[in-house]
Formats: sequence, C-alpha cells, structure tokens
Amino acid sequence: MGSDVLQQVVNSLLIGSVYSLVAIGLTLIWGVMNIINFAHGDFLMLGMFIAFWCYTLLHLDPVFSIPICAAVLFILGAAIYRFIVSKVMSGPLLAQLVVTFGVSIFLANLAVMLWTPDFRLIEKPLLSGTWSLGAVQLSIPKFAASLGSVLVSAGVLLFLKKTKTGKAILAVEMNRESALLVGINTDRINALSFGMGSALVGIAGAFLAMYYYIYPQVGGLFGLISFCIVALGGFGSIEGAFIAGILIGFVQTLGGYYFDPAYKYALVFLVYLITVWIRPQGLLGW
Amino acid sequence: MSAAPLLEVQGISKHFGGLWANDNISFTVGDGDIVGIIGPNGSGKSTLFNCITGFYRPDAGRVLYHGRDITHLSADRICKMGIARTFQIVQVISDMTVLENVMTGAFLHIPRKRAARAKAEEVLAFTGLWEKRDAAATSLTIPDKKRLEVSMALATQPKLLMLDEAMAGLTPVELREMMTLVRKVQENGVTLVIVEHVMEAVMELSHRVIGINSGRKIVEDVPEKIVVNPEVIRAYLGERYHARH
Amino acid sequence: MVSMRTPTRRQISVFAIVLVPLILYPLLVRGSFPLHVMIMVFLFAMMGVAWNIMGGYAGMFSFGQVAFFGIGAYTSSYLLTTYHVSPWIGLLAGGILAALAAAAIGIPCSNLRGHYFAIASIAFAEIVRIHFNNWKLVGAAEGLTLPILPQSFKNFEFHSTKVPYYYILLGFLILSLLVCLWVSTSRMGFYFRAIKESHELAKVVGINFVHYRLIAIMISAFLTAMAGTFYAQYILYLDPDSVLILPISVQVVLVAMLGGAGSIMGPVIGAAILLPISELTRVWLGPKGTGIDMVVYGTLIMLISAYQPQGVWGLLSRIGKGKA
Repeated sequence: MGSDVLQQVVNSLLIGSVYSLVAIGLTLIWGVMNIINFAHGDFLMLGMFIAFWCYTLLHLDPVFSIPICAAVLFILGAAIYRFIVSKVMSGPLLAQLVVTFGVSIFLANLAVMLWTPDFRLIEKPLLSGTWSLGAVQLSIPKFAASLGSVLVSAGVLLFLKKTKTGKAILAVEMNRESALLVGINTDRINALSFGMGSALVGIAGAFLAMYYYIYPQVGGLFGLISFCIVALGGFGSIEGAFIAGILIGFVQTLGGYYFDPAYKYALVFLVYLITVWIRPQGLLGW
Repeated sequence: MSAAPLLEVQGISKHFGGLWANDNISFTVGDGDIVGIIGPNGSGKSTLFNCITGFYRPDAGRVLYHGRDITHLSADRICKMGIARTFQIVQVISDMTVLENVMTGAFLHIPRKRAARAKAEEVLAFTGLWEKRDAAATSLTIPDKKRLEVSMALATQPKLLMLDEAMAGLTPVELREMMTLVRKVQENGVTLVIVEHVMEAVMELSHRVIGINSGRKIVEDVPEKIVVNPEVIRAYLGERYHARH
Repeated sequence: MVSMRTPTRRQISVFAIVLVPLILYPLLVRGSFPLHVMIMVFLFAMMGVAWNIMGGYAGMFSFGQVAFFGIGAYTSSYLLTTYHVSPWIGLLAGGILAALAAAAIGIPCSNLRGHYFAIASIAFAEIVRIHFNNWKLVGAAEGLTLPILPQSFKNFEFHSTKVPYYYILLGFLILSLLVCLWVSTSRMGFYFRAIKESHELAKVVGINFVHYRLIAIMISAFLTAMAGTFYAQYILYLDPDSVLILPISVQVVLVAMLGGAGSIMGPVIGAAILLPISELTRVWLGPKGTGIDMVVYGTLIMLISAYQPQGVWGLLSRIGKGKA
C-alpha cells in the first residue's frame, strides 16, 4: 500500500513538472500583456511535431531537438504577436479573448492538413526504459522530461530576476505605465515575452515527445489544463504557475488513481473552480 | 437640525499586512452637518471611507447609522439604507447616456422605469446637467463626470452623501460650481462627509473638520481653529517641505 | 452605444421588413440544404442572443455556453427515450435544469471577470462534457438515439421536410429576441450594464451584483438549453462529441462578437454572415477531412478580431454617426 502511494506521488511530480513548464510559458505572456494565449496548447503540439519530424527526417533525438523547438516556437510566437495579437491589444477585451482562439483553430487544423490526424510516436528515443528504485518504477524519459522542465523553469526565473532584459519584463508585468515612463520599449518586451513563452512550451513539447503520443488535437486538453494552472497560480506569477502545476499533477494523478481515471481531468477542473471561488486572484496572484 | 447623530464611527481600525491604515478612528456626524476630512496623502482617508461604506471590513471598531450597526453589511445594503458615496477616480457607466446613468441610481428605490426617469430628470435639473442628459456619459468632461457621479448618488435618495476628493483637479470656476452644488445638496436635507485636499473648499463648506495623519485622528474642530492647529500644520508642512525639496 | 429606449417605430418596421423574407424563404428555395443553412443560422443566432444577455450586457464573457446547450439536449432526449415525455415538456425541463446548473456555477464564479471568468466557464463546460461522456444513464460516449415517431408538431419530429423545423426555430429566435429586448430596456438591463462597467460602481448604486449576475446567467442558460432541445429533435441523435464540445461555445461567442456584442440584433447579423460561410466551407472543403475548412475559419476569426472587433453593428453605427 505504501509503495502504491509513493509511486503515485512520483507520477504526480513527473507530470506536474512538465505542466509547470507549460504553464510558466503561458503566465509569462499573460502577466506581461494581459492576454491569454488560447493557442498555447497548439504551440505545445507544434513543439511535439517538430521533435517528431526531427527524429523521423533528421534522425535527431528529441533531446537534441530541444534548441530547434525552442527557436522555431520563439519565432512563431513573436511573429504571431507582431502580426496578429498586437493589432488587438488596443481593442475590446472580447476581441482579445477571441483572437487566439482563431490562432488555435488555425494551427490545429493546419497540422491536420499537413500531417493528417494520425497518432505518431517516437519509437526509439535515446532515453527510454525504466529504473526500478525499490518499489517505485521510474520511467526514464518521463524523469528526463521532468528534470529538464524543472531546470528550464529555474533558468527562466533566474533570467527574469538577474538579467537586464528579464527585469524589464518583470517591470512591465508589474506596472505597464511606469515601465513606459522609465523608457522600456513595451512593444518589444511584448514580442519578446510572447516569443519566450512560446519557446518554453516548445521545449515542453520536445520533452513530451519523448514518451507521449503526437497528434494535431493533443494541444486541446493540455492547453485547457494550463489555463487552469495559470489562473490557479495567479495571474503573472511564475512561482505560482510552478506550484500550481505540481499541484494539478497531484490532483490529476491521485484523483485518477483513487477515484476514477476517466474523471481525472474533470477533477482538475473542479479543483480549479473551487480554488478560484475561495481566492479569485489565485494562489499567488495580486 | 437634530442633535442625534446620524453616523457614529467608533474606533475603526484596519490593517494591511503590517501597516495600520486606520488606527482607532472615532467621530460622529449629526443630521444636516457637513463634515470635512483632511489629511496628507496616504493618511488613510480612502481606507476610512471604504470601511464606513462597506467596501472594506474593518478589523476593529463599529459604524452606527441611525443607531444601527452597519459595520459588516455589504456595500449595496448600506447604499439601500441611505448612505451614498463617490469615488476618487470618477466612475460612470460607459454604455449609457447621462440620463440613463442617473436612472440606474434612481431604480434603487423606484422600480418603475417611467417614475425612475422622472426622478433622474429631477436630479439632473438639480445638479445642472439636465441639458446634457442625452449625451453619452463618456463624452463628458471630468468636472461634468464628477457632477454625474454626484447625480447618480443623489438619485439613490441618500440621507448621507460621502464625497471622495470631489474637488480635485477643478479650475477655480469649476470649484465654485461644485461647492455651490454641495451647499445645495445640504440645504436639501442631505448630510455630507467630504474628504478633501482642496483646503479652500473644506474650510468654506465644513461645519467641522477632522484631521487624519498616518491612520490616526489627530484633531477635530471648527475650520478656523484647524488652520492654526500645530499638528495639522506639521502634517502638511512636512509634506509641502518634501515637495519643494 | 446601445439604446435603452423602447424601440422606435422605424426600428420596428425595419425588423418587420427583415421578417417578411424570412417567413417566405422556405417557399422560395428548393432542396433541404438551403433550409438547413438557415436553421443553423437561427440556431446560432438564438444562442448568440442568449450569450449576449450575460456577455454583451452584463459583461460575463462565457466560453462555456455549450454546457447549457448539451444539458437542454440531453434532458429532453433522456426524458423522451426513457419516460416517453413529450419533447415540449422536455424543453421546459431542460431549460430549468440548465438554469439551475447556471446558478450552481454562477455562485462560485460570482466575483470573476474577464479572462478569469472565461477560463472558469470553459472548465465548467469541460466538466459537464467529461461527466456525460462517462455517465451510463445517458449512454456515455455512445450518446442517445431518439425514437423515430410519426412526424407531427406534437412529437416535435418531421421527416419528409425541414420546413416545420425552420418555422419552429424562427419562433424560438423571435422569442429570444423579445426576451433580450425586455431585458435590455428594463431595470435589469440598466443593472446589467452597471455590473459590466464595474462591480464597485454597481455596489455604489445599491445593486447586489451577485444576485443580478445569477439572473443574467440563468436567463442565458434557459434560452441556450431550448436551442439544445431543438437540435436534439432536429438531428434525432446526440452524443458528447456533438453537443458538448468547445467549438460550439466559441462559435456562439463569434456570432455575437461579429454582429456586435451588446446589441439586440447583432447576433442575428453575425449568424447570418458566419454560419453560411461555416456550412459552405464545410461542404465544399470539408468532406476530404483535410481540415482546410477550419483553417479558413480560423483565419477568418483572426481577421475579424484584429480588424473589425466591434462587429457589424459597430461598423454600422460608425457609418451612422458619420452621416450625422
């Protein structure tokens, strides 16, 4: 019985840390621009597909595709900001909510057009197999993905707190007008954040590609869960997104194991709704 | 003017984190009074407002209105009971005309649309906005928006009207007009509590002035005595000194 | 800016002028596809009007309307298949259940605005979908198949022609528009707009905004559920993947936004533009399953949001102001 719990805890941490990385990317965009990128899950899907095609066509293991995924998604994110999202920033809130839905529908179906709705899997990744640590089975690719996610998340936090550009991003997050007043080019920061947020989720996609099924609609559920995580963690809070990601990993895994696997996502959403009822601004939001 | 207090504020305290924004503030307001509240920026005036009008829950103390404890009532219930307020940053309903804005206030005690409209028109005539009644609320100048806010508040038929820095940013002419309006409101039987920075307005209008600094009440007296009160001068001169240097 | 006054004689005559061709339409077209397109237009127009009541007026931008649509569809269908209850009674039952569900979700969400409310609405709709997908009582993933009954108004089923469906739904749509009109010009409408502006402002004029937000959501839910029941009776089959999916919610919002959120006729215009495009691209480009129809659709959404976010109504009123 005890080992069961341990296994579930391990599983929770494994999926939770990847969720955290996805959510951090989203909260960066949200915190800086006050826009929810409803296409975030589809960016994840693209990251996964890039890793898959690098593997299939270039024989590049997902581990090595990470920089490619990051770079491509960064450019894509910045471009989407520049050519589409920036036009809506001054418009009504409703348009801002809707526009990234359009991007989402566009990307998911472009993927269907280009690559068919078939499920793909990376058959022989570099990192595969399972470690047996006592009573706990640790899947190596999942562990690598999880570790990688934590490292990248820590890296993001360091970047934001220690570098000049990072601090500029935080400044815009906290107070847009003041940031403008001290000469920060908020438009460039917007593009940078959108690019960075997208790059982060691209990296998460490369991680997931090591063991997850890859298909055009995979972004839907991940995206939705990441919205909940971000809102749960608190608008704009990187630490909040990280903690909330882990928490949701627990809710999903433990809920699926002890209650009913078919309802695991419903539990995630339920926990989110209850939390937001008690504390509308999220755990660490202001 | 009856001597029975309309509003009694007893030992209101409110803290945020470690900071006591309001520290044991007490005063009473009689029916028909105009009470001014002054204090430097950050002294806790808005917090006090919010505690009295149900926007914040005080951590200690009570607020009595007509003898009834309203401390923990919600803001909309307090409004229904007869206390209206305005905001420092003026808020009006963007999607509507001036008249429709005031009707929204009138609906509180007058559910029928035609009667509410009549009431709203009456209020607008009173506050001098009747000619602009069909203009979009967003098209008004700031002073007119303030006037609209006051109109909306008056439409809820309050016994007590609390104005939060209504005179801020007005030209001398606009200031005179607003002061005239305030006097008119009081003459019509509404008690007023006004938070103000504009000394001229507070001194001319108030029967009594309360001075607040760093969350505490430091003085309560008639206007003439307030201007020569050493504590008040220190609270303000200190501020002015910093502003100049 | 939206007018709160009772409609002028001119507005009423414009409405009548539009109504006449709509009434004559079935007599002027051949084949069932044109009727189907208009039925879809009416369906989403109705849901758009319902959305407007809570979204355009009260400021609660819901991306979860499909939950109410599905609850309406499932309630009447379940009562019909299991207890042989008339779909017309099922219609009311579905509306009431949806309104109750709306109240249940409205309370925890009563302080949420903007993005937070949108996400919460999606989360709610997903919970409903997942639950129905696993609930044996209503067929889980297989869904429900409605019994084929002799066609009649009483049975709410027609097999040889779509024309009666067309008129019934037109009736529902007009009903929804009337409800919206009533809401818009009543005290409730004033209160909704105050709530949309700011909760603080609403409090300060004595509005219990939680109470009124709930009313808005419940009215919206009831009407949306009616659309769901209609759809079930129209298609005679439903499963979670056809009546509880996010794209339906998104389409509802788009219809309202394209037409002009916050105006009574806006969603009708939005639906009249969007649904034919959606149906036609699905028919012309969709059948191969390539997804290109949706790529076009997604592009359209991006363009509309970026370049005409105020919708057609916004465009028309700008032109109107230009003339004046």
